[in-house]
Amino acid sequence: MTPVQAKEFYRSMLLARLFEERAAREYQDGHIGGFLHLYPGEEAVAVGAIQASDQGDYVVSTYREHVHALVKGISPRRIMAELFGKSEGVSGGLGGSMHIFDRSLRFFGGWAIVGETFPVAIGVGYAIRLRNDADVCLCFFGDGAVNQGTFHESLNMAGLWKLPVLFVCENNRYQIGTEIHRHSAVTDMARRASVYGIGTWKADGMDVESVFGVVRMAIEKIRRGEGPQFVECETYRFRGHSMADPSSYRPQAESAGFLLQDPLKMGIFQGCPGKDCLEIFSERCRSGNSLSEEELLSVRQEIEATIDDAVLYARDAREPGIEDLEKAWGIPLWERTSGD
Amino acid sequence: MGKDEWRLMEEEMESILYWKALNMALDHAMETDSSVFVLGEDIGLFGGAYRVTEGLFAKYGEWRIRDTPISENSFIGLGVGAAMAGMRPVVEIMTVNFALLAMDALINMASMLPVMSGGQFRLPLVVRMPGGIAHQLGAQHSQRLEAMFMGIPGLTILVPSNPQDAYWQLIQAIRHDSPVLFIEHELLYFTKGHLDWGISPPPMDKARRVMEGESLTLVSYGGMMSRVLEAAKSLADSGIGCDVVDLRSLNPLDLKVLITSVEKTHRLLVVEESPLFSGVGSEIISSMTEACFYFLDAPPKRLGSPNCPVPYNKSLENLMVPSVESIVDAGKRLVLPGE
Repeated sequence: MTPVQAKEFYRSMLLARLFEERAAREYQDGHIGGFLHLYPGEEAVAVGAIQASDQGDYVVSTYREHVHALVKGISPRRIMAELFGKSEGVSGGLGGSMHIFDRSLRFFGGWAIVGETFPVAIGVGYAIRLRNDADVCLCFFGDGAVNQGTFHESLNMAGLWKLPVLFVCENNRYQIGTEIHRHSAVTDMARRASVYGIGTWKADGMDVESVFGVVRMAIEKIRRGEGPQFVECETYRFRGHSMADPSSYRPQAESAGFLLQDPLKMGIFQGCPGKDCLEIFSERCRSGNSLSEEELLSVRQEIEATIDDAVLYARDAREPGIEDLEKAWGIPLWERTSGD
Repeated sequence: MGKDEWRLMEEEMESILYWKALNMALDHAMETDSSVFVLGEDIGLFGGAYRVTEGLFAKYGEWRIRDTPISENSFIGLGVGAAMAGMRPVVEIMTVNFALLAMDALINMASMLPVMSGGQFRLPLVVRMPGGIAHQLGAQHSQRLEAMFMGIPGLTILVPSNPQDAYWQLIQAIRHDSPVLFIEHELLYFTKGHLDWGISPPPMDKARRVMEGESLTLVSYGGMMSRVLEAAKSLADSGIGCDVVDLRSLNPLDLKVLITSVEKTHRLLVVEESPLFSGVGSEIISSMTEACFYFLDAPPKRLGSPNCPVPYNKSLENLMVPSVESIVDAGKRLVLPGE
């Protein structure tokens, strides 16, 4: 790992963490509505996987997708403005936290029903294959999604037609509040994917270098025409399922198992302090001398300024009007007839 | 298109089967636009349950005519993803009944994407499906779900009743940039009709007046049109002239044609094969009552199916669909209430 790479991993993970924690604050202050599903704890997965892909590759994600969008290159301003429901938001303020789309950056959602990313991703993969393009589609989902019918239907088609899709399982061991041993007869996610003729891999979802390295190899295989690949990343979300979830279902013993000091001194892990991808990585940078304490601090200061700027941008942005909705929808809102 | 096929088309111009019209529309769309591809169950090697994709597998190969596993929700979702990535997928669901397995893809995904994405994606996706009551298929293969789909904003619903409309509306649907449900009545596939490819077709979502009359506006669509036309001829013999309207599209609804007609006839009868309660006629009659209450000389009338799954027994099945006699009878009661 070069210092440049180290800095990029650190910058990206810290941006993800601080963006989400700021979103939580803005939610508590009433600036963000609806459901808000946050990513702290899982940063190594999105950062490692998307940085291992190319700019032209597609990303399809779930309702916990702010960080995937950030890593894909959507500006913090436009994501924060979307959370604020403003027309400068990446989906015009019409999608919200769970529906982030950016066609030009090939960020294809933002899907809020569990299991929807599978068919969308194989559709994108089918289009890539039909046009004989070299791109790959990255499909993100959690361990809970593996029990939806679309997982099995779509992985079967992906395996059958050797579609260029990388399935990235963010196994955080919880389907909302139900622990994996209570929702899955077979808890080895990679094993469940392997029956569809798909190459399976495992990465340490708390270690960005592990995710990056494994995903890079998996994507190379896809580009060589060896068909879809599946990477299971074991990770943990420090917060509840959404802001509406106090996370009371998780035992203290489990939290203790993940327990380590909070390196960022942000005091955020009230419910579940744990083994932290950021802690692991920043410690490694220090001990390996790839990033000095001063560099780590300056990255942090730069990101804090970026996020302050994003929030100010979102606050000052314009509220969309009914005409914006009508324009996005493309159909007159009240006319049910096709009259001229 | 090769010379032989043009000759074949000229020979058949007078009269062509409904399935063949759809087949030619698909062929034309695929030939002229490389982003069009078709997928569904048994549409490739087998040629389609109703022959609609016959010959296309040999011509375009398995990547553009794709036989799928029995996984409705995911292969329609595949259509959504492919359309997002710039293709124009035409998905065939073997029957409308199986569309119920794909509600997440059709409703939560396809219909909502334009708003969720702030207008970035329109989604050029066509989903074709046979539907309706036909030949004792039993409850699970006899549904008419168009009224249910009318409750979903953003799904254009086309219901061609004849080969000419089948051809042109399918061509237009594939060129359309938003999702279209294309519902083909199962009894229509082997009916014949005139097809003229020299025309510039009317917009795909406009209704058409197919018979002119002064006494009664008679409205229907799809598979019911043949019975409605037969009833209208019978009513004409009794001196009741019918303005017969083929809706062609259920969403959007072309109310203008209906309003113009009712302002002339002052009487309205809607005939459908769907269950009457919360059916297609419910929407038409409430809209028409709002639009032209004072023009009506009699309460508008609906005919449709009872609120019951379709039974297997042949004579009971027949009772589920408005008969020619019941349409004639309802028409007479509307126009000549005293008799």
